[in-house]
Amino acid sequence: MTEPHGVAMLESSDGGGGPAVQTERLRKTFGALVAVDALDLTIHRGEVFGLLGPNGSGKTTTIRMLCGLMAPTSGRAQVAGIDVAEDPEGVRHRIGYMSQKFGLYDDLTVQENLRFYASVYGLRGGERVARVKEQLHDLGLEERQHQLAGTLSGGWKQRLALASATSHKPEVLFLDEPTAGVDPASRRLFWDWIYALAKSGTTILVTTHYMDEAARCSRLAFLSRGHLIAVGTQEEITRHFGTETVEDAFIELQRRDETPEGGKHPEGGRRPAESGGSDRA
Amino acid sequence: MPNVLRHPPSPIRRPSFRERITRSTLWPMLWKEFVQMRRDRFTLGMMIGLPGIQLLLFGFAIRTEVRHLPTVVLDESRTMESRAFVDAIRNTGNFDIVGSVGSREDMRRQIERGTARAAVIIPPDYEADIKRHRTAQAQVIVDAADPLASSAAIAGATLAGQARSAALGAQNAPRQAPIDVRVRPWYNPGLESSIYIVPGVIGLLLTLTLLMITAMALVRERERGTLEQLIVTPISKTGLMLGKVLPFALVGYVQVTVILLLGRFVFNVPIRGSLGLLYLVTAPFIVASLALGLFVSTVVRTQVQAMQLSFVFILPTVLLSGFMFPREAMPPFAQWLGAIFPITYYLRVLRGILLKGVGMDALWQDTLALAAFALVLLAFSVRRFQKNIE
Repeated sequence: MTEPHGVAMLESSDGGGGPAVQTERLRKTFGALVAVDALDLTIHRGEVFGLLGPNGSGKTTTIRMLCGLMAPTSGRAQVAGIDVAEDPEGVRHRIGYMSQKFGLYDDLTVQENLRFYASVYGLRGGERVARVKEQLHDLGLEERQHQLAGTLSGGWKQRLALASATSHKPEVLFLDEPTAGVDPASRRLFWDWIYALAKSGTTILVTTHYMDEAARCSRLAFLSRGHLIAVGTQEEITRHFGTETVEDAFIELQRRDETPEGGKHPEGGRRPAESGGSDRA
Repeated sequence: MPNVLRHPPSPIRRPSFRERITRSTLWPMLWKEFVQMRRDRFTLGMMIGLPGIQLLLFGFAIRTEVRHLPTVVLDESRTMESRAFVDAIRNTGNFDIVGSVGSREDMRRQIERGTARAAVIIPPDYEADIKRHRTAQAQVIVDAADPLASSAAIAGATLAGQARSAALGAQNAPRQAPIDVRVRPWYNPGLESSIYIVPGVIGLLLTLTLLMITAMALVRERERGTLEQLIVTPISKTGLMLGKVLPFALVGYVQVTVILLLGRFVFNVPIRGSLGLLYLVTAPFIVASLALGLFVSTVVRTQVQAMQLSFVFILPTVLLSGFMFPREAMPPFAQWLGAIFPITYYLRVLRGILLKGVGMDALWQDTLALAAFALVLLAFSVRRFQKNIE
């Protein structure tokens, strides 16, 4: 990682092995709109990494590029040690993904959805039966296994989506606003599972709007208008910016990033060159 | 805490052929599609019931042949011969004699009001001419506002004239009714449109099902966000596409069968050629239509757009392929335009097999054209289909 991007890179302990996710100057444009720009990001194995930022800051686009759903305009991305552009299928075997919108089949039952995804990830016969059963049990979906997915409430849908995304025990799990529109009790339960997954070695990249969820992440990154404005642990960020909470730091960072003159960076570096043109007040 | 995750060893080694078949992502995709299809009773019912509805619609309601045209008679001869001619006209079944009129003025009024669509005029010297071995003149006037009606009527009148001439015995002079029409309907002597239309309905329905429903089924996954979840999995592009379209190929074959059964037993459509050959040549047409459906799905974003673009292909199916209107009667440009759609070739094959009973020796060119369409369209659509959401 080189300095000149002016990103607030804060020190953090390195996990074992190579990084789970590594990007270099990742950039994505849609016509004139720059969705993600010069993104350098390293996520270590076993981390629960939170990606924060206002709507339209490029979180979803970043995740989609890392999953191979979108090709970057330029730059490189490695996931689980594999270059996404070179071997997208190799990456797909090793990752799980939960999209913002419920992406399972409303007209299949809970059990059928799980069975389908287990098969798509290559499980067959007894192996598949066992895995589906295990997941139904683990996520408390047994009683509802014959219910059509379309008739489930938000919290249950989210459980099912998590189960479907992890039927192959992925190395890296991408969760795009997994708890949007879910009640607090379900959210807490969901995070228990996230921790359990992380404990067993899965690296997790999660985007969220909830600050209490951000506080549960081992490290955080802030995106604003397509570029990274800070990375670090919660303590590092609050200490560094002299704010009490992550939320304050976040709001402060975003304010600085969006104000034309006030945006002096902590390190004194310049902000990344804006491709979007004039700043908004 | 749940045992959701332990690290998977991910061994990468080349799978054997057998493994590649059994572990193919096509199977789960097919399984899913059939479960969904079974659950969507309405669509399934539509796909299976549509052949019946279409066939009834085209077979009964849209009859291009015209029977029982209301007809008035102006018999100025009032002889046995003239009455025999009127009987012959009636016996063709194309004309219903609804009354007689006393004058040409009266006749004109009836046709103008629409109470009669045709009139038979027999001049005073009709019988005298026959007796003197001169060509007897009889006139049939047809309300030609409906060209289909008129051609059927003219054909019928010609037949009646010939029948009477034959009955009178070929004496000296040619005794043909002086109506000069050259209608020689081979294969379908009664000009029964249902016989002509049944093969057309097969082609039209396959186009509808395979093109439009396939395109919409794929776009639906995109719209609902299920495609996004699906393409982050290691599912293969081929598995995804084939799994999505193959069930519709099966539906297509069911439709062909339903139409053939209905056509055979309700409309008395002959099946003169080989059914095996028909089912065989249907395959490249199905592949070509599926590929077009795939192509449509790669171009559009929403189901509504999929439907609209499908109609771009469905309209020529109806208008230019020879489904309803004979291609021979079209201007060269329309003929050329019709020739770039696979349906045009498929219809020739269908009619050839069903109505004429011909085999591969007569149909190999059309079959080859269909196979070429299938290959090119499929290759093109598969190339266009991308496993991403951009």
